[in-house]
Amino acid sequence: MKTLQQVKDELKNYKGDPIKIMEVCGTHTSSIFKNGIRSLLSPNIQLISGPGCPVCVTSSVYIDRLVEYACKEKHCVLTFGDMMKVKGNQYSLTEAKAIGGNVRILYSPLSAIKIALEEPDTQFIFAAVGFETTTPIYAIIIEEMIKNNINNLKLLTSLKTILPALTFICENEERIDAFLCPGHVSVITGSSVYKELAKKYQKPFVVAGFEGEHILAAVYEIVHQITNHKGNLKNMYSSAVSEEGNRKAQEIVDKYFESANDYWREIGIINKSAMRLKEEYRVFDAGSEFHEYTEQSPKGCRCRDVILGRIHPVDCPLFKTVCTPMNAIGPCMVSTEGACGIWYKNRE
Amino acid sequence: MKINMSYGSGGIQTSNLIHDIFLKNFDNKVLNKLEDSAVLQVKEKIAYTTDSFVVTPLFFNGGDIGKLAVCGTVNDLTMMGAIPRYLTAGFIIEEGTELDTIDRIAHSMALAAKEAKVKIVAGDTKVIEGNSGVYINTSGIGEIAQNGVSISNCHKGDVILLSGNLGEHHAAIMSNRMGIQNSINSDCAPLISILDNLIKQQIKVRFMRDVTRGGLATVLNEIVSGSSCGVKIDETSIPVSNEVKGFCDILGLDPLYMANEGKMIAVVPQNQAEKALAAIRNSKYGKNAAIIGRITEGNNVTMITALKGNRTIDILYGEGLPRIC
Repeated sequence: MKTLQQVKDELKNYKGDPIKIMEVCGTHTSSIFKNGIRSLLSPNIQLISGPGCPVCVTSSVYIDRLVEYACKEKHCVLTFGDMMKVKGNQYSLTEAKAIGGNVRILYSPLSAIKIALEEPDTQFIFAAVGFETTTPIYAIIIEEMIKNNINNLKLLTSLKTILPALTFICENEERIDAFLCPGHVSVITGSSVYKELAKKYQKPFVVAGFEGEHILAAVYEIVHQITNHKGNLKNMYSSAVSEEGNRKAQEIVDKYFESANDYWREIGIINKSAMRLKEEYRVFDAGSEFHEYTEQSPKGCRCRDVILGRIHPVDCPLFKTVCTPMNAIGPCMVSTEGACGIWYKNRE
Repeated sequence: MKINMSYGSGGIQTSNLIHDIFLKNFDNKVLNKLEDSAVLQVKEKIAYTTDSFVVTPLFFNGGDIGKLAVCGTVNDLTMMGAIPRYLTAGFIIEEGTELDTIDRIAHSMALAAKEAKVKIVAGDTKVIEGNSGVYINTSGIGEIAQNGVSISNCHKGDVILLSGNLGEHHAAIMSNRMGIQNSINSDCAPLISILDNLIKQQIKVRFMRDVTRGGLATVLNEIVSGSSCGVKIDETSIPVSNEVKGFCDILGLDPLYMANEGKMIAVVPQNQAEKALAAIRNSKYGKNAAIIGRITEGNNVTMITALKGNRTIDILYGEGLPRIC
């Protein structure tokens, strides 16, 4: 058993081969900054932010459709604040609101039910964005809608699953040596979902909590595995993450949703990487299936390379020069969980 | 009974509103004259400020828009080393608002004004179309009791004190909006007793600022841009209650960026830091005060984290939580 100080000393003085660790979850990225983790590591240990911010990977065509609904008579878009500033091909929801679109920010997803009941003459469209962590909540909303016979609320879903994205990165990005697996997502999915990837690619997959100490311990585990030429799955967040995950949440999701191919902004189509409402519940869907994705990355924007862990945000020519939180060019700068936004605020 | 457009007509209903609610609650000789302006006599150089309040909900754990409207302006005066004397209050009321709601707000303003020892000496009411919203503007005059309080006076080596726990107003408003039951109350309070005690103890305060929207992080960055110095703080010294900490953990919030309505920082010379800390701790709203850091060389705000890592603290970007004060 090592003390925290010993772990810190070893990580700071690590002189082995350079190690690139991808943290997949935006909350991890945020915690890494909050705790000053980078300043505690040797320059040979690099932490790279992956595609773990749902807002950043939501397609601009999806935003366009929300804007369309917001501007439609007797319609209202319900959304979380993070989505407001993300640009579609023409407008963001903030801009749509300024030109008369009806958009409301929610603080709690279930309040959508209350709002829909209170205003039966308005057709509400819920911008249902998220990963495995939030999908069960949308399933509960559907259940509540059925129970309360609500027919003026629909979901426009952009619900992604992280495992196919990790598989995509493993297949396409050899330079990533290890993965810090997302704590919240793993609570739902269970740690076992990473087992095959770890085995196939012989890379450490470590599930970690969000406290600074948790992250340090996980990085230490990764360094230890790599130094010993191992690549295993290790769950270091067992207080919250079990091997099989939250069965109840999985069941309710399976009841209403099925997996589908989906487009990830800046990455492209990833097979079976979305959850979409099942045929029999499509009546609650506001048209979440898109057949075409006409997207143009803003000129010079390197969000794709940031999301895939090829570069740090500071390596993008637009970062801090043209692209700032006040004038976000790419999606990674817009969201509070986006790597560029987090890097900017922490002035790395 | 609900307010309708005729309450803003200037006629009998406006008059009733003024007499039955505002004069009843604010009662003082200057206001009671109902002249076009309040005529006031002051002895010292004055500080003069204004602030508008648009919070939703109007009533929340630990306060309401009325208390906020008085404390906000009182604290802005206090932070300039001024003893608050007089306030004005302008109300913009949406039709449909219950008269009783206005009465409760005015009563709360009267209580806060009494505590802060200020008089509300002039006011205005407008009624607009809408749906039960209430917006208040207050302006205030205070007499300078401590000269030379300015952000540009912060020097390298000075010590930064924080008057108490962070994040309570923000967490209380959010809990209310999200329907979360907890015992977190807004910290909304007038901070004059802290100024009183600092003056009594003859502390040479370089700079004070109330920590409101944008949180501590934003105020510390204002020091950097206003003084050409750097700031270094220690995470472990920053007071946050366990309940707010838990709330932040669940919702992914950072107390450094959360709004407060009854907290301030004071920058004092190093040799007076302990004495100033004792003075603040002896004040009504300062018992959890702490020394949180120093003014340094440099051009940014850095924090030593609990793990002894370095973190740069930038100002708040984006909206934070809308309509919080």
